[in-house]
Amino acid sequence: MTTTAPRPGGNDGLVEMSWDPITRIVGSLGIHTKIDFKQKKVAECYSTSSVFRGYSVFMRGKDPRDAHFITSRICGICGDNHATCSVYAQNMAYGVKPPHLGEWIINLGEAAEYMFDHNIFQENLVGVDYCEKMVRETNPGVLEKAERTEAPHAAEHGYKTIADIMRSLNPIEGEFYREALQVSRYTREMFCLMEGRHVHPSTLYPGGVGTVATVQLFTDYLSRLMRYVEFMKRVVPLHDDLFDFFYEALPGYEEVGRRRILLGCWGSLNDPDHCDFTYRNMTDWGRRMFVTPGVVVDGKLVTNDLTQINLGIRILLGSSYYQDWEGKEQFVTHDPLGNPVDPRHPWNQHTIPQPQKRNFDDKYSWVMSPRWFDGKDHLALDTGGGPIARLWSTALSGLVDIGYIKATGHSVVINLPRTLTKPETTFEWKIPKWSNALERNRARTYFQAYAAAAALHFAEKALAEVRAGRTQTWEKFEVPDESIGCGFTEAVRGVLSHHMVIRDGKIANYHPYPPTPWNASVRDSYGTPGPYEDAVQNTPIFEENSPENFKGIDIMRAVRSFDPCLPCGVHMYLGDGKSLQKMHVPTGLSGMTG
Amino acid sequence: MASTPTTTEATSRSTGPPAGDEEPVVHILWINAGLSCDGDSVSLTAATQPSIEEIVLGVLPGLPKIAVHWPLIDFECGPVQGADNFVEWFFKADRGELEPFVLVVEGSIPNESIKAEGYWCGFGDDPETGQPITTSEWVDRLAPKATGVIAIGTCATYGGIHAMAGNPTGAMGLPDYLGWDWKSKAGLPIVCVPGCPIQPDNFSETLVYLLHQLAGAAPMIPLDDKLRPTWLFGATVHEGCDRAGYYEQGQFASEYGTPECLVRIGCWGPVVKCNVPKRGWINGVGGCPNVGGICIACTMPGFPDKFMPFMDEPPGAKVSSSASAAYGSVIRRLRSITAHSVDREPKWRHTGRKLATGYKPPW
Ligand code: SF4
Ligand code: SF4
Repeated sequence: MTTTAPRPGGNDGLVEMSWDPITRIVGSLGIHTKIDFKQKKVAECYSTSSVFRGYSVFMRGKDPRDAHFITSRICGICGDNHATCSVYAQNMAYGVKPPHLGEWIINLGEAAEYMFDHNIFQENLVGVDYCEKMVRETNPGVLEKAERTEAPHAAEHGYKTIADIMRSLNPIEGEFYREALQVSRYTREMFCLMEGRHVHPSTLYPGGVGTVATVQLFTDYLSRLMRYVEFMKRVVPLHDDLFDFFYEALPGYEEVGRRRILLGCWGSLNDPDHCDFTYRNMTDWGRRMFVTPGVVVDGKLVTNDLTQINLGIRILLGSSYYQDWEGKEQFVTHDPLGNPVDPRHPWNQHTIPQPQKRNFDDKYSWVMSPRWFDGKDHLALDTGGGPIARLWSTALSGLVDIGYIKATGHSVVINLPRTLTKPETTFEWKIPKWSNALERNRARTYFQAYAAAAALHFAEKALAEVRAGRTQTWEKFEVPDESIGCGFTEAVRGVLSHHMVIRDGKIANYHPYPPTPWNASVRDSYGTPGPYEDAVQNTPIFEENSPENFKGIDIMRAVRSFDPCLPCGVHMYLGDGKSLQKMHVPTGLSGMTG
Repeated sequence: MASTPTTTEATSRSTGPPAGDEEPVVHILWINAGLSCDGDSVSLTAATQPSIEEIVLGVLPGLPKIAVHWPLIDFECGPVQGADNFVEWFFKADRGELEPFVLVVEGSIPNESIKAEGYWCGFGDDPETGQPITTSEWVDRLAPKATGVIAIGTCATYGGIHAMAGNPTGAMGLPDYLGWDWKSKAGLPIVCVPGCPIQPDNFSETLVYLLHQLAGAAPMIPLDDKLRPTWLFGATVHEGCDRAGYYEQGQFASEYGTPECLVRIGCWGPVVKCNVPKRGWINGVGGCPNVGGICIACTMPGFPDKFMPFMDEPPGAKVSSSASAAYGSVIRRLRSITAHSVDREPKWRHTGRKLATGYKPPW
């Protein structure tokens, strides 16, 4: 039995617990907590990441045209978002505007990425937190209730009771679990049609794509897309039923994973009719994106101006294993519009790793602390896993109106056409009351429908180009000796920016900021905790198990609702120092064939 | 599902001595905490020949019973001393309580000895110190006890992207770390399945082969000198590329997005060992040069340094593409010279206390 040396127990009655590694996420994340079992609450939380690779370090001096190939490797589930973002930054730096068709193809690829990634994460990773096995082991009372609760939308999805839905989510055995795995495959086929292969694309280039645009290409995509549209007509009501049930079965569950509404969305899916990739026009074409950028604070839209968003980004240190770069050379003092650029902006960042022991009172993570400066405060924005921020920002701006999707100012309406066995269907995502675990999850499902609806529009636009004979997908460019560029998109999990500086025709500085550095960020130099820390710190414990059999399912649900994208870890120390017998028999993949 | 026994049985069976004629369970321990992006884990979920659910449920004839401990989709997620602690399986293996087990490593192995303290990457915490256990320490502990060791992805096999020139971590592949001649206690060399990421079916197929071998149904897995399965990595990209007809006719694309051969705009296919154009990426859909994406040689030991800048014409291609039809034998010789050097890693990927990537450490 591995005994964990208990940390010197305080007299505050708190139990130290940490999870390591957290499964069913991507990447490396540790959650260390202090739990108050008497009050059934998490008192303190520290998030930590234990993997450092150093992209910004080894990209220096390389050919700028290699950037999208390299940065794709940052992430194994959303690498294509990086490749795309890098291509956007390169387009700006080289002054090239790809042919419209090239942009529609990228949009179709990225839409398929959303469809794939949200689907596999929601059903095969996060869904397991809500499956029958898990609920039986953590809240048997809730399962009993689920057996007795009829699913309100049984007619749409075919599961009679909530417990039937939960059973269908059981790993491998569950029917819906297995179906989702299959869906994750044909959506990746859709992706590969447009971007070559998954997850690191082969056909993406600055200036456009190498994909050969034929009628067959789009027909192959559309046939699969319509199957997905049909699938979503079952999935949206299924998850509505499941998540609504948790509010009902566990009053107060809205507090799990809840934090202040501090959401960031950098916008995604460009409209080639407007996007020319110039910095000068970025505010305008940013507002024409098919997912509207925005910063939402306490339910209000602070800005949807990409230029302002860009200038507000700050990278703070405080609890991370790096030397500060204060006083080091500033690469970009002013943006192309003449606005001053802060020394703590990614364009000016220097990454200087300083490996050291982990110390929760001082430095404890390889993740930095990105913040957004609103002129007064350094806000610890989160993305809520991506979809909730995207829908919220798009809904409030009210700019998207393409028939299949309409943003109303307070909601997003998604219209799905008739499919093989189901009639035309409309879903409306309404701005929720809370930024919490269940609403993050719900938004993920709705955004899958959103991505499918948007893809229908892109496919029509692309086919129109092909039919008109405009089949060119790539535009020539020259790499300038000196230039800067920035790219903004929404990775699956939320905000993604790439900032590049070119000198002597080589990369002088390159800093990618994916969503997880925002969400998994740590206490910054002002002492402000990062979003996971903050959200978990507020999480009440509903689990019925005693500390000895404690799984921390509510904490895991809070963390996973953000769709973490780091390799991970959490450990548990019992404050009283007793070494526990393992009473509980593990299940899942480990025992499937035993 | 009727065929799924209770997990209690599975666990007692796997941890205790096999009772009577009962078949032992092969444990698969997966460490994804090398310097990786988890892309190989994710990629494997796309496999269909066979799929992960088919492997886990032992659907192919002759497969032994397995228990997979895989961070990406594992059910277990509990805290260390509570219920369902995932990393406990790794401690069990270390204590010799799991027999047999196969170790899968994803991501490159950083050089932890080039700095004074801290860690480049860790997986689980050391109960004594409360500090992360480094991935290299896990490899040191578990490799000698494993029946087989599989490196998944180009990072774990040869270092890959994270072992690029100028990297601060001194990253390397598993054979560099353990030694190219390393053999498991069962006499198995490290099995390398390169790819960035792996082609899904390439890995599931290799895994199935090894499981058949462990069950006594297949002979020693055939590997080449870079420890790759020969039936998957024996041919070049070019040999399986449907644009080779254009190559032969001397029709070379000068712009991306056209159907001709891509060699003048960056394709390294002629010297790269990979089956993707022939096999497709997923269910025969997608690929690289066959669908307009230059081959950047992501399966190769020399990747990425020996192929950058990716969008430039490969030097070896210059002579051969301008004379493709007429000078076949000359080209083949040129190619074999290039092929030899790109099939070797750059010299800075090694163990030891000195970092030789070109990065100047501040510590
Ligand atoms: S595209 Fe590449 S692999 Fe295909 S024929 Fe040309 S050189 Fe060979
Ligand atoms: S064809 Fe080239 S780029 Fe594509 S997977 Fe194979 S080695 Fe990698």
